[in-house]
Amino acid sequence: MEFLRPASLTEALEAKAAHPDATPIAGGTDLMVELNFDKRRPSALLDLTGVAELAEWDTDGGSGGDPGGDPGGDTVRLGACVPYSRIIGELGGRLPGLAMAARTVGSPQIRNRGTVGGNLGSASPAGDAHPPLLAAGAAVEAASTRGSRRIPAAEFFHGPKRSALAADELVVAVHLPVATGPQQFSKVGTRNAMVIAVCSFSLALHPETGAVGTGIGSAGPTPLRAEDAQLFAAAELEGRWEAPGPLPDSVLRRFGELVAAAAKPIDDVRGTAEYRRHALAVLARRTLTWAWDDYRTGSWSRCA
Amino acid sequence: MTRSSTERADTTAGIGGSPIRPDGALKVKGEFAYSSDLWAEDMLWGATLRSPHPHARITAVRIGKALALPGVHAVLTHDDVPGRNRFGLEHADQPVLAEDVVRYQGEPVAVVAADHPETARRAAALIEVDYDVLDPVTDPETALADGTPALHPDGNLVRHVRIRRGDPEPAAPVVVTGEYTVGMQDQAFLGPESGMAVPAEDGGVDLYVATQWLHVDQRQIAESLGVPQEKVRITLAGVGGAFGAREDLSMQVHACMLAMHTGKPVKFVYGREESFFGHVHRHPAVMRYEHGATEDGRLVYVRARILLDGGAYASTTSAVVGNAATLGVGPYEVPNAHVDAFGLYTNNPPCGAMRGFGAVQACFGYESQMDKLAAALGMDPVDLRVRNAVREGSTMPTGQVIDSAAPVAELLRLVRDKPMPAPVGDAEGVADPRELPGGVSNTTRGEGVRRGVGYGVGIKNVAFSEGFDDYSTARVRLEVIGGEPVVSVHTAAAEVGQGLVTLQAQIARTELGVHQVTILPADTAVGSAGSSSASRQSYVTGGAVKAACEAVRAEVLAIAADVLPAGGELYLNGGKVIASTGEAVADVAALLGDRVVEHTVEWRHRPTQPLDPATGQGNAHVQYAFAAHRAVVDVDTELGLVRVVELACAQDVGRALNPQAVVGQIQGGSAQGLGLAVMEEIQVVGGKVVNPSFTDYLIPTILDMPPMPIDVLELADPHAPYGLRGVGEPPTISATPAIVAAVRAATGAALTRIPIRPEHVVFTTVEDGGHSS
Ligand SMILES: Cc1cc2nc3c(=O)[nH]c(=O)nc-3n(C[C@H](O)[C@H](O)[C@H](O)COP(=O)(O)OP(=O)(O)OC[C@H]3O[C@@H](n4cnc5c(N)ncnc54)[C@H](O)[C@@H]3O)c2cc1C
Repeated sequence: MEFLRPASLTEALEAKAAHPDATPIAGGTDLMVELNFDKRRPSALLDLTGVAELAEWDTDGGSGGDPGGDPGGDTVRLGACVPYSRIIGELGGRLPGLAMAARTVGSPQIRNRGTVGGNLGSASPAGDAHPPLLAAGAAVEAASTRGSRRIPAAEFFHGPKRSALAADELVVAVHLPVATGPQQFSKVGTRNAMVIAVCSFSLALHPETGAVGTGIGSAGPTPLRAEDAQLFAAAELEGRWEAPGPLPDSVLRRFGELVAAAAKPIDDVRGTAEYRRHALAVLARRTLTWAWDDYRTGSWSRCA
Repeated sequence: MTRSSTERADTTAGIGGSPIRPDGALKVKGEFAYSSDLWAEDMLWGATLRSPHPHARITAVRIGKALALPGVHAVLTHDDVPGRNRFGLEHADQPVLAEDVVRYQGEPVAVVAADHPETARRAAALIEVDYDVLDPVTDPETALADGTPALHPDGNLVRHVRIRRGDPEPAAPVVVTGEYTVGMQDQAFLGPESGMAVPAEDGGVDLYVATQWLHVDQRQIAESLGVPQEKVRITLAGVGGAFGAREDLSMQVHACMLAMHTGKPVKFVYGREESFFGHVHRHPAVMRYEHGATEDGRLVYVRARILLDGGAYASTTSAVVGNAATLGVGPYEVPNAHVDAFGLYTNNPPCGAMRGFGAVQACFGYESQMDKLAAALGMDPVDLRVRNAVREGSTMPTGQVIDSAAPVAELLRLVRDKPMPAPVGDAEGVADPRELPGGVSNTTRGEGVRRGVGYGVGIKNVAFSEGFDDYSTARVRLEVIGGEPVVSVHTAAAEVGQGLVTLQAQIARTELGVHQVTILPADTAVGSAGSSSASRQSYVTGGAVKAACEAVRAEVLAIAADVLPAGGELYLNGGKVIASTGEAVADVAALLGDRVVEHTVEWRHRPTQPLDPATGQGNAHVQYAFAAHRAVVDVDTELGLVRVVELACAQDVGRALNPQAVVGQIQGGSAQGLGLAVMEEIQVVGGKVVNPSFTDYLIPTILDMPPMPIDVLELADPHAPYGLRGVGEPPTISATPAIVAAVRAATGAALTRIPIRPEHVVFTTVEDGGHSS
């Protein structure tokens, strides 16, 4: 097996163009499991950990990684290889939904290594980063020697472990709008930590546009958005943003039902389709309650 | 015996102390050498080709392509098994390598040795096997039915044990019935099956392996290799957990065959996924119970039918069935008992020994019934249990009278009377998510969460039962090295993490009053120690070491008596001979000089009897052990997620030889019981395992384990060495039903199957059946 170790993004893209079947490796927390279980035998590995450009985040207001300053800006460009532990530590305020999801990934060791680029590379329907990307309306920046493009998160996932990425492309970054309202992420697992999602749900409120974003994980062939639920919630919230009171139970329940209806779950070793739909309705109701309460009380903030 | 004040140091390192384990720091730092770390310069790597089918006829095996792969030294099939192509702990029914039929998914068909592990695996994949796939028998009820194809020559019944006591047609005013199901639990040890076989010049083989019982391995390996037993010499390699899963052979014969065939050392290390196919699991069970009681809550009768799925080969199914039957009504006085326990062959994964061994399954059944009965009677579940609890002098359904402490009522009261844990959260009710059901996954801030409390108490036999000649051998040697008396202890007992090495040294220090004790590597150069299972090694190997020390001591004191002025009783302490006055009268080192005192003792516990085949009557067990748990749980009733808040345990251990190890056993056993209650299951569909990995076979993490307040009682058993009672298994048994009872109390759900899955809670919750606090 060849081991390619580019030192820059340009080198990485050239290497990928020259060896389209070289498998990128970032944290290795998915790939090494597959290699160890003999599920994959790539002819070459393309190690991305030496590519500095992929390991940073910045905003359109300035660059990140400066612990003292707030660079401002409306969008975060999150390098593909920034590990979960840094997302939790550095981006909890700007990207609360993704940071909450990151907190639920694996164990501390996995969060120190695992990356959103790797989560997207695997494109598992159970990937925990995906629902918050969908809810926030993120875009995936893919690049090759042919150039780069932005793929809306909602168009990125094509099937179980299949994505819009071309053979010569790498995920370079993810672009996420800085949160302007409360965000949530919840996942159901049968253990209290270190568990792959039985199902998961992410929610983002966008007070400035009145929109509501959703993302469903582990309950369909790909991560999904609950579009009817989004429209329903946006319509119900219209007029409430200015003088917010508690949401009626009927609204919360209907939202839950619409989220459950948008899921396409199956029965598998982790749970039944029926349970997944049920649990998604519960998660949707609860997360909308929490997010709306945080909005009403003003208790959500970027330094959350 | 009085101890002089100079002996304080020896006391803390002797019986009743908790000296530091020699393997502790190494294991924590990752420096302990496990069997997977074995290495020889010129060794080859073994790999195993396994059947993908749970049931199939093999029509052809072609090894040509595998043999042709560069780096491959041997490819062996059943044709190459030199001796008997059968092994098994109780029935030799399992082929070393499959002949004409495979009976479970993962059954070994061929083995390869190559100069690199990857080459060996690739070669295994190049072996071509033609299968005629057959319908698997996957349901134990079907296995027993007429017309089902027989998977073995004698049919699909491995054993049926009947217990018949009292009135055959009893009646009672209050009757509850229930059917209960136990899923297949795995031992989930972390060190996969591994070992290395080294060919010897005498035509034999030296095997280094992680196992539980060296001599039973030796016997089976020798038979399959067709060599005399003494040509197979086994040394215990570092064991990464066992819990019953290493009682059966895995790679032992394969490695020896390949080593003898190639003339080179051959090492096997199973991968994680392979390990799930490489060892037996806990028997899944389907159990039907009927309990009859008087209006005031006295048990009148119990009827039980317990079906245990043994899978493709017998392993220890017979003994598991014996336990499930004889312990099937639990630690209760039951005047009329009618129990039928069956062990069956199917094409599911083979099942055998796992911590709790038949008692775990039954306990889930009878304890669920006791709660159901309490509800039917309107009684408190602890009161009902206490009213019916066995005590010393009680008669078991086998007719055996319990002839040492059986403080079941006291254990129940101890856990009941513990203060209740506080509700989670601060004054405002805001809780750290790690304290709530769902844990770090952020599923609730308290919505839907209800608390429940449940109890469980269990009974287990210690050591081997039903007339088995159960013994251990210890060789103890006292000599002077560098002017100091030094003891060495040699047994074949397997340290599997339970702390037996530490314990043997404690016993030697206490008996011989010598601080410096060396525990020699466990190997077959000394007689059998029996298995590290059935909570028996402290009792049996502990007993053997004690007896051998006593023989050594007697000889030393006889030497002393010869040279010392007569008078009074002597004993050993602090490297000295002490007179009854407490005065040191001689130095052991000076007394012995060059003389070596060595004794080898084969030690047996008192004999047991077989069960009467028609009535199941007989004094089948050596010793009974008991533990009780109280579980407090918070359940998210809408999502069906469980967080165990506290798991209190009380257990009688007779005498805590090493108090810290005792508590460790109780914590670990409780954790395994918690796993079975809420998450651990090998899921088998159509005879195939669908979750052979730690991604989907979940075991509890540190965030799943609650605080465990533990009470240890020490009510000495006069028949046992030091009065000790086996510790390892009882806590695994009662933890599970206590947790399930607590979840029922929180939710009102019936929960007749373990492990509980969220959907079982959610889709059967009875809204006002729960007690919340
Ligand atoms: C014990 C354990 C627990 C886990 N728990 C969770 C969990 O709770 N939630 C969860 O979602 N996941 C979990 N995972 C899976 C894994 O950690 C995540 O999917 C993680 O995000 C993968 O990131 P990585 O950088 O390690 O990816 P890698 O393993 O390096 O790569 C994964 C895949 O993505 C490809 N890839 C990597 N980077 C790029 C790139 N820049 N462009 C294109 N392709 C790329 C690789 O070729 C590979 O196919 C767990 C894994 C383990 C071992």
